Amino acid sequence: MNITLDHILAGISAGGQYALIAIGYTMVYGILRLINFAHGDVFMVAGLIMVYISASSLPIYVSIPIVLLGTVLLGFLIERAAYKPLRSAPRMSVMISAIGVSYLLQNLALYITGGLPKPYPAIPWISDSITIFGATTKRVTVITPVVVIGLVVVLVLLIQKTKIGMAMRAVSKDFETSQLMGIKINSVISVTFIIGSFLAAVGSLLYFSSYQSVIPTSGALPGLKAFVAAVFGGIGSIPGAVVGAFIIGICENLIKASTEMSIFSDAFTFALLIVVLLVKPTGLFGEKVIDKV
Amino acid sequence: MNKKRVCTLVDVLVIVLLFALIAFADTKLNSFDILAKILQKGAVFALIAVSMNLLNGFTGLFSLGQAGFMLLGAYTYAIFTIPTTEDRLAVYKYYTMTMADGTETGGLVQFALPVAAAILLAGLVAAVFAFFIGLPVLRLKSDYLAIATLGFAEILRAICQWKGLGVLTNGSNQLRKYPYFKSILPYFLISGVCIAIIALLIRSTYGRAFKAIRDDEVAAEAMGINLTKHKMIAFVTSSFFAGVGGALFAMYQNTIQAKPFTTTLTYEILLIVVIGGIGSISGSVIASFLYIACSEWWLRFLDADGVIPGVTRNGFRLVVFSAVIMIIVLFFRRGIMGDKELSTYRLLGGLTPKKKKEVSGK
Repeated sequence: MNITLDHILAGISAGGQYALIAIGYTMVYGILRLINFAHGDVFMVAGLIMVYISASSLPIYVSIPIVLLGTVLLGFLIERAAYKPLRSAPRMSVMISAIGVSYLLQNLALYITGGLPKPYPAIPWISDSITIFGATTKRVTVITPVVVIGLVVVLVLLIQKTKIGMAMRAVSKDFETSQLMGIKINSVISVTFIIGSFLAAVGSLLYFSSYQSVIPTSGALPGLKAFVAAVFGGIGSIPGAVVGAFIIGICENLIKASTEMSIFSDAFTFALLIVVLLVKPTGLFGEKVIDKV
Repeated sequence: MNKKRVCTLVDVLVIVLLFALIAFADTKLNSFDILAKILQKGAVFALIAVSMNLLNGFTGLFSLGQAGFMLLGAYTYAIFTIPTTEDRLAVYKYYTMTMADGTETGGLVQFALPVAAAILLAGLVAAVFAFFIGLPVLRLKSDYLAIATLGFAEILRAICQWKGLGVLTNGSNQLRKYPYFKSILPYFLISGVCIAIIALLIRSTYGRAFKAIRDDEVAAEAMGINLTKHKMIAFVTSSFFAGVGGALFAMYQNTIQAKPFTTTLTYEILLIVVIGGIGSISGSVIASFLYIACSEWWLRFLDADGVIPGVTRNGFRLVVFSAVIMIIVLFFRRGIMGDKELSTYRLLGGLTPKKKKEVSGK
């Protein structure tokens, strides 16, 4: 095994990117009790939007806001079109709908890209190479943890201090009672999806800057891993999701460092998931759930 | 004879007629004919969809591990049926072993089972794995169960591609040169027998216990149903038939690789089950033939350039197809059959005016 600083840096960076996706999962799950299988694909679409926007040679300070806005709009529309009509349906139906959306987005991406991997544009400054402690890497690797921690702090403040944050906490505690208390749950859910998609878009800017190309299925695996991170950290808990994501990102890249076992770098994540579900289903920071009959 | 019996007899006759028709089609169609390919693939997917329906529709266990068990079945079948030493040497060319007497052989398995035995073994291997996976996983509920089974399927896929097991699984290379059925009838016969067994299981006391668990776990337990045991029976049976289905899938494909057994494959099977109706065997069967025919054949014209200028090109078929699926998922949640079965009795019952059900005690 040859663990170098490269792998640890790559791990921290990947962890940060997973963290941004994982927050979207954990917030949606906290409120709707739904594994939003389409979230990883929203992340992939954000990457594709960037690819196509940059082809039109707009300046970077215009194209990035467009990517963020486009992704937010997509997340909002998915919730309205595919999840809202099923609000009173059994949970399995909503999950199937999420799987259907994921399938649709992937096929749409396949159609638009023609199945070819689309090279991700180099974002100036972010994609530049730098050298720290003798390890050469892109600047994005160093920026990612900073961006993630900054965004998480803002998000936690939003949830703890603002009115909409209070509404979100109420809805995640008890869906029906909060409805009776006059909280407009539909707008709360929309805000949740908007925040989740926004973070996924930021995540995609960072992720694809370090991976170079976008294919229709490139959202599926990061999506699942981010979900595992959310479960590992305790679903519903934002700091938990971030910690879980960093642990998964680092472990995965350390496994990749060994050529013998590198095929198991993805399997490791799922093995971790199963262990967590069996040993401590509430995760690292999760709240204890009492089953009511 | 009462009316119901006559109708059952008609059902049996229709099925026999169907098989006769398939046997006739075999004499007319080439094995590479699109219709033949679709009938074969449809039969394979029908079995896998019904096996998934047994879990998701009848027992209420939302499992997403079907691709993993198919993978086990497909690999078991392929590994144990490569017929001759030369073929094995050609297939396992990167994983040759040197025997005690100095001769080189390909792979670890140095014998070939008869096809029927290998298919059975494929199911058994999947079932044994399902048993050990089920021990921890079946304690989980709804979406956690889904994500855990999905995780196991991904782990199985990684293991099959691992170089360390290369002498058995050929690493990430293809397995090929194993025997397969060229005609359509064998696929229909095996798939049909397996589906019939599942149908009988569902009509037995076990099946009733499954449905009770689906409807209300707590109530079912209170009625004396052993939850762990029955969930395990459903999980292992479903995986057994997914394994058999995987073996058939390997035959249909002629070559097999771990790569296509991703979660997307599981999702496709799940969507077939949903389209057919969750909790309907005949629905799953109809839906799988429809699904395969639409995705491989009937919607092909959408991929051609110029049908609608500027819009139709490679890949458009799948967009239309997945949009239709979304419409079904959102607005026709009951699918084609709901939780009913297709039978002559029901068809006739639909024609005669029904007695109005009385709504008692509002």
